[in-house]
Amino acid sequence: MATTTMTGSSTRTTPRRRITKPLAVVALLALWLVAWTLLRGQDMLELPRATLTDLHHWLNDVNDSVGASRNSSPIFLYFFNEIRAVMDALVTFVQGFIAQPAYGRPVPVLGWLGVVALVSYASWAFANWRVALLAAGGFTLFGLQGLWQESMDTLALTLVAVFVSLLFGIPLGILAGVSDRFHRLITPVLDLMQTMPTFVYLAPLTLVFLIGPASATIATLIYAMPPAIRITAHGIRSVPAPPVEATDSFGATRRQRLTKALLPLSKRTIVLGVNQTIMAALAMVTVAALIDAPGLGKTVIKALQTTDVGTAFNAGVAIVVMAIVLDRVTTAASVRAEQGGGELNPRIRRLLLAGFGLVAAVCSYLSYTYLWASEFPDGGQLGEYLSQGATTVTTWAQHNLADLTAAVKEGVTIALLNPLEALLAESPWWLMGAVIVLLAALIGNLRAAAVAAVCVGLLVGSGLWNASMVTLAMTLVATLLVVTLGVVVGVWMGRSSRADRIIRPVLDAGQTMPAFVYLIPVVALFSVSRFSAIVAGVVYAAPVAIKIVADGVRAIPESTVEAATAAGSNTWQTITKVQLPMARQSLLLATNQGLIYVLSMVVIGGLVGAGALGYEVVAGFSQGQLYGKGLAAGVAIVVLGIMLDRIARAAAQRSDRAPSANQT
Amino acid sequence: MRSILSKRVLTGVSLSTVAALTLTACGGSKIESTDAADSGDCGTFTIAINPWVGYEANAAVLAHVAETELGCKVVKKDLKEEIAWQGFGTGQVDAIVENWGHDDLKQKYIEDQKTAVSAGSTGVEGVIGWYVPPWMAEEYPDITDWNNLNKYAELFETTESGGKGQLLDGDPSFVTNDEALVKNLELDYQVVYAGSEPALIQAFRQAEEKKEPVLGYFYDPQWFLSEVELVKVDLPEYQEGCDADPEKVACDYPVYDLDKIVSKSFADANGPAYQLVDNFNWTNEDQNLVARYIAQDDMSPEEAAEKWVEANKDKVEAWLPQS
Repeated sequence: MATTTMTGSSTRTTPRRRITKPLAVVALLALWLVAWTLLRGQDMLELPRATLTDLHHWLNDVNDSVGASRNSSPIFLYFFNEIRAVMDALVTFVQGFIAQPAYGRPVPVLGWLGVVALVSYASWAFANWRVALLAAGGFTLFGLQGLWQESMDTLALTLVAVFVSLLFGIPLGILAGVSDRFHRLITPVLDLMQTMPTFVYLAPLTLVFLIGPASATIATLIYAMPPAIRITAHGIRSVPAPPVEATDSFGATRRQRLTKALLPLSKRTIVLGVNQTIMAALAMVTVAALIDAPGLGKTVIKALQTTDVGTAFNAGVAIVVMAIVLDRVTTAASVRAEQGGGELNPRIRRLLLAGFGLVAAVCSYLSYTYLWASEFPDGGQLGEYLSQGATTVTTWAQHNLADLTAAVKEGVTIALLNPLEALLAESPWWLMGAVIVLLAALIGNLRAAAVAAVCVGLLVGSGLWNASMVTLAMTLVATLLVVTLGVVVGVWMGRSSRADRIIRPVLDAGQTMPAFVYLIPVVALFSVSRFSAIVAGVVYAAPVAIKIVADGVRAIPESTVEAATAAGSNTWQTITKVQLPMARQSLLLATNQGLIYVLSMVVIGGLVGAGALGYEVVAGFSQGQLYGKGLAAGVAIVVLGIMLDRIARAAAQRSDRAPSANQT
Repeated sequence: MRSILSKRVLTGVSLSTVAALTLTACGGSKIESTDAADSGDCGTFTIAINPWVGYEANAAVLAHVAETELGCKVVKKDLKEEIAWQGFGTGQVDAIVENWGHDDLKQKYIEDQKTAVSAGSTGVEGVIGWYVPPWMAEEYPDITDWNNLNKYAELFETTESGGKGQLLDGDPSFVTNDEALVKNLELDYQVVYAGSEPALIQAFRQAEEKKEPVLGYFYDPQWFLSEVELVKVDLPEYQEGCDADPEKVACDYPVYDLDKIVSKSFADANGPAYQLVDNFNWTNEDQNLVARYIAQDDMSPEEAAEKWVEANKDKVEAWLPQS
């Protein structure tokens, strides 16, 4: 939505007006600094660790009364309990099929040979040869790591969570695609589902849906469903108008318009949604293990209790491999969905489908009947190597790098983090709040300022203002590091496809390796500190930023870059004068996404010394009487996310318009 | 022509693969379906597994005895304390086999909701307190008296402690009065929350290895103490009731009698598994031994329990139901 200032900026007077904006920002910051030196330490709204506000008590009471009504309330008897029964049955069924002994057999229905054969066959049938080989290799690796059963448990839970997410997510996404009102209604709900820390709703979930697969699945799908809805809606919304109008002109009904035009044309995007849903579901594997979800997550958590980095790493690798396999297969399937089957003659393909189908069926039968095809032979040799390797590397690093990393930690903390934290957290709340709102108005627009004002109010209301500002300082520093890495590595990858090929799998690993696996190494290198929390956030968020920047740089037409080179620009000039400015959109997106991803690691940060909001959430999960405070802290994280996101978006919109105004 | 050829090749490949697979299969042993084992009168026994190794040691030994001696079907559920207590009411958890205090939970589930009951002591004593790595106790012998802590505050300064000495706290599940203690004992320290047990252990481990100063909250029994023998700092002695007002605490933590909590219905049914839990009682040394098998000798909890039970038949005998 354009405000009056924006429309004003497209006139001839633009240059002069645009100079005044930065000046105003600088003036605001200077004023803030002066006020800060005078008022520092007043009205900071600090809340001691064990102290609760009325709101926190009230939230505790609500939680308790929900628990108390478990056995009497009709909502439980006829609604929640039914959902739970269905979910439990679904998960148990899939587990009995591939993971757990079932139907009076000592082993699951399908053994490793059958699963590997079926997965490869499906990957080939829906995608292509290369990913089928990758799938076969990846799944065999689980067996070699000695983690076959754990991997299949994880797969079973993931499959059910994804299935249910899509079952509801795709129809909701279609609805959000065709109805603007529903789209507006559901967007904040999706924001909430994606940014609310899982720790906040784990305990209530087990109260409502009991301990077991149902709670674990529901925890997973709360996080995994939003991408399915968002991306489906996005797909429907970006179908170009002409084909739809053409369908309409033939007198199509609304239903026909949907099934004949909108759905087929957005098929590829919807498959991409499936892909993102799978990735999100896998991101929940370890957290769900905290409420007894079976699978690889448990291995990680158990290993953590004895600070066994190697074993945790081994299980982490299995999760990464599963994510990469499922990602590549679904991506290839979406490409196929768009471009069609490729070069094979349809008759031959049919024959092959039948032939390989037969092979897969025989393998499945064998794995049903014979022990050697059911239980993976020789478990774990490779896993031993992996875990020993990881332990050796960690030990080496903490002996040889710790001095260097400690220096880095001290440097960043003293030069950047401490001053920023002092500025944000030690300003009186009303001063800080005013600065945020004014800044939102200056670099964004009035609407962003209004959102910011509401958010400041909510943060104060949560009783956790001071903790929020401490967390905000860490988030900003982490985002700065993420964006720097994003630009440096992203440009490198965008310019060299060889670098891209080598780095991309590392980025995938950074995104999907559960943070619990690297908690101990991070503490070993950076000790228990806020900087450790920042590092954890950067490991998770930088890959996204790097990928976005790399794609942005690659999307610049080659002719433009060649023209610059021909005109005598050296590499540095080409990057700074041509490639970076032209990839501006991507840089903005990378910043925005980097920020959101960093925020989603706030709670993990709480486990390595971040304190503030992250620690409050963890404490609320661990102790009943702190539940309400933990929930408030979770809400504060969501509010921070929304506030920063809306301001950044408004700023991006505004700067989008500025250069185009220049060109006219 | 080419397509016919490739068709033949592909058909041939598929068929020969199928044939090969079928042939190799003949050598393997077939899967026999198992008749569900008759679990006798014990039935299913569900133990919550709280996330620390000492707990796991208790649970593993109990599970081993319940399975081998009583023929129970034991289900272990990995849960944090809060969620495990919640499970009593919903009938999803039968027993918690090492409980550290948790007076608030006892009030809520034993007194108010009446879904849980105590099943007596495990015989293990829990000590909570402030610890320093052994090298520090050697180099600064008087550091183990809290009166001298302010003298050493500077040593413990870090980037996180805002110019004061750092007192490191761990997993928020554990009872802590540390902020109040620092204030009431007028110590020049700042509590920094590591937030998790692994982070705390790693901090102590590195402190000992590199001879760096760390002062932190820790507890015994804990397997890590057999890797690095942390030394306890003596706070003003605990006296009955000195921790009554959490704001005004100025004394050490009490020694906890670690007990067992079971669900009311499990206790009322009074089956063999309940009697086993009720009778279960061993010592800190016993638990430490099993915990060491698990944490340092890389045994699975099952193997560790079996090894210990083999060597301690007489103790196990005393736990079995008398009938």
